[in-house]
Amino acid sequence: MAIKIRTHLFWILWSLSFLAFCSMAYGLSDAFKENIYKVGDLKSIDSVPKLKIGDRAPQFSLPSVSGETISLSQYRGAKNIALSFVPAAWTPVCSDQWPGYNLIKDIFDKNDAVLLGITVDNIPTLFAWTNQMGKLWFPVLSDFWPHGKTAKKYGVLRSNGVSERALFVIDKKGIIRYIDVHDINKRPLLEDLVTALEGLKK
Amino acid sequence: MKNPLIFSLVFSFLVLGLAYPASTAESPPSKGGVLPALNLTTPKNPVEKGYLGLTGEGLFKIPQIKTKVVIVEIFSMYCPFCQKDAPKVNELYNAIENHPELKNKIKMIGIGAGNSSYEVEVFKKTYSVPFPLFSDKDFAIHKACGEVRTPYYMIVRINDDGSHQIMHAQLGGFQGAEQFLELVISTTGLK
Repeated sequence: MAIKIRTHLFWILWSLSFLAFCSMAYGLSDAFKENIYKVGDLKSIDSVPKLKIGDRAPQFSLPSVSGETISLSQYRGAKNIALSFVPAAWTPVCSDQWPGYNLIKDIFDKNDAVLLGITVDNIPTLFAWTNQMGKLWFPVLSDFWPHGKTAKKYGVLRSNGVSERALFVIDKKGIIRYIDVHDINKRPLLEDLVTALEGLKK
Repeated sequence: MKNPLIFSLVFSFLVLGLAYPASTAESPPSKGGVLPALNLTTPKNPVEKGYLGLTGEGLFKIPQIKTKVVIVEIFSMYCPFCQKDAPKVNELYNAIENHPELKNKIKMIGIGAGNSSYEVEVFKKTYSVPFPLFSDKDFAIHKACGEVRTPYYMIVRINDDGSHQIMHAQLGGFQGAEQFLELVISTTGLK
């Protein structure tokens, strides 16, 4: 009987895993040619949340691709902030996320907000990768060393050392107003981020 | 179902049966072939609806567009090359619309792979895209098109009997409106 149950479970799990595989799809721009490393379908979330809406956003100072060091505190009282953690350079989904944000500077401006992109990659890697995206209007920060320190503070460092695909919206007082730790295999909908930014006025 | 083994098998195959139609085509639609069965939503905007010569509401298929040739662009608002090409693709539209002999014979559409309606609208607004763009939020069309990279351009000839054929397909490499229009004319025999 036990063997029978195991057999049935095998078929059911096999078919469900096939279904999960079929659902793995992403758009990929030809801008990156054959240079995107296929990571396969990953565990959707692989970290333990540390922060919740209403918490004070942890401070950080990180080097950016343009050469400046960017600190969260420099925006205090002046700008709302959207932090966009993406898992890694040269991977699917990530490569087709920030170029979309590059089109909506007007929406960030309208909501008195800046966007900060963060990955755990080093600066040279980020330089080469973001060059394929065209000219980005927002700073891209490297959380490479100490490795993933900021991602860890925000509770979005995965067990293999990359970050989650996560968005945090922080208001001018430094309070977290929106968190989306997203399924790493999927791109968050743009309208959800825009709604969160527009919600800061309320 | 009395036999649990049969039940689990039937269940498994039902799951696979549901999954298979949405599974990925092996390769993108190519020259000489036909389009996969793509269902698009009839635009609500009367100008776009009129441009495509569609009536009614609900879903339609590309060969139902009232024209001789349809240029299809699979794009994404997240794709840097699609963004870069957008002004040149608009020029193609204008060149066609300003050409009295071609105006009603060639129509253009774009399909936003993995883009929600909101994301498609952002692209349309950013680049003032004058032709109809459609959302493929769940990647269903993108999968049916072999998960092709973007932008992907297809020139599709619609025959009088309602059948169609892909006369040309290319990944990226949009040189300019004039060259592409010449390509459309030479591959479809228009004029």
